[in-house]
Amino acid sequence: MQLLTNRSKVVVNKEMTLMEKLYIPAIFGGMMITIKHLFRKKVTIQYPEQKREFSKVYRGKHILKRDEQGRENCTACGLCAVSCPAEAITMVAAERKKGEEHLYREEKYAANYEINMLRCIFCGLCEEACPKDAIYLTEELMPANYDRSNFIYGKDKLVQPLGTSAHPKTYKPYTK
Amino acid sequence: MIKVTIDGVEIEVEPGTTILNAARKAGGAIVPPAMCYYSKLKGSGGKCRTCLVKVTAGSEKDPRPMPKLVASCSTGVQDGMVVQNITSPEVVEARKGVVEFLLLNHPLDCPICDQAGECHLQDLAFEHGAAKTRYEEERRKFDKIDIGDKIQLHMTRCILCYRCVYTADQITNERVHGVLKRGDASEISTYIENVIENDFSGNVIDVCPVGALTDKTFRFKSRVWFVKPMNAHRDCSKCCGKTAVWLHGEEIYRVTGRKDQYGEVEEFICNECRFDKKSKSDWVIEGPREVERWSVIRQNKYEIGTQVQAPKNIGYGNITV
Repeated sequence: MQLLTNRSKVVVNKEMTLMEKLYIPAIFGGMMITIKHLFRKKVTIQYPEQKREFSKVYRGKHILKRDEQGRENCTACGLCAVSCPAEAITMVAAERKKGEEHLYREEKYAANYEINMLRCIFCGLCEEACPKDAIYLTEELMPANYDRSNFIYGKDKLVQPLGTSAHPKTYKPYTK
Repeated sequence: MIKVTIDGVEIEVEPGTTILNAARKAGGAIVPPAMCYYSKLKGSGGKCRTCLVKVTAGSEKDPRPMPKLVASCSTGVQDGMVVQNITSPEVVEARKGVVEFLLLNHPLDCPICDQAGECHLQDLAFEHGAAKTRYEEERRKFDKIDIGDKIQLHMTRCILCYRCVYTADQITNERVHGVLKRGDASEISTYIENVIENDFSGNVIDVCPVGALTDKTFRFKSRVWFVKPMNAHRDCSKCCGKTAVWLHGEEIYRVTGRKDQYGEVEEFICNECRFDKKSKSDWVIEGPREVERWSVIRQNKYEIGTQVQAPKNIGYGNITV
């Protein structure tokens, strides 16, 4: 079989020479690599004291936005779900009833909206697909959890809390 | 048989055929789009002007070009006629204008509309339209009319193609559905809120090219690209019983007629099949329907008929079968 890279070595059952049997040159070679790394620049960051700088386009936890009047923007059009390469988003739509105009912006709204955060790859395609500016990926980190079921985020965890304004930590301003 | 040339493609058709049908006989990219013409409805066509084509030579005897762009759905072919469709920049420009006109009063509420994903106006605007509107005035509004518990009417989305009116005239026995008023104010309605009671009235949903008439039993239930179209049939005393059922898991979300590549139903189906038979045990499911390559309905679905074979000698770098 022809090899395409030089990364793999063919294993042979050959008898070792005296130099190889001593192992000293091999140990010395290994130690040289270890010592070389001592003088390199450290890549570790002392996390709680020192924090890594976030990229300006960092994509973290999702948020389902409300408009200025506090109504939910999402109309359950399904474009985020169809654009999602990980198939993490599911939703159930419902019709807005009379008297609910202050809750939902459009005639139709998402009665159920779930993102499976274990499936999500934070690519931001849902944000790009959204025609109503409803879903945003904030700069918030996804918190860890002990249970898999807690990673399925429903509307209770996703919808922007009432009365909050858009501030830089939870939502990136929309720039064209 | 007479000869016509459309975009350089020569076709022989029967005398009396329209340019649109001659192009459809040839098939491919030269077929003009049609929003109002429906081959199964007598008298339809000539209203939306999306099928405009340029006739560069009228006939063999009189090769003068026609002075204006003509509607291909209602213009008959003549021997030796030369037609330009997509090869004429004039036609492309005119079609762009027509799309802009059709979208003038259209609310563009596609995220809410149940037709989104299978809407002909969406396809047309995507292919031929401009991305932005120049319209500044307020769009027309209508009072909500309830036309029964099975069909939902959204008058704001209507483009006045009259297809549903012809369906009501030809499929149903009595005239309960029509266009009221004139010009900008004209609207599709039933006379004095007459509920459509006919057995075949549900077909107005299938013929509607936009989301003006939609299935109330499917309203907001799902998006068309989350449901899977399957061919199915059942013994029906009223209609042929051959339909397309749209599955969501094991559940039937809606039933429609089987639409061909031009979005026209092959056979009209009755209301019992369409609205009442929503259980999987009512139907004999034949298999998945073929969905056009460009359609969003194809998203996240497996294809039929493609079989991938594993390489015979699996090894590093071995990619030949």
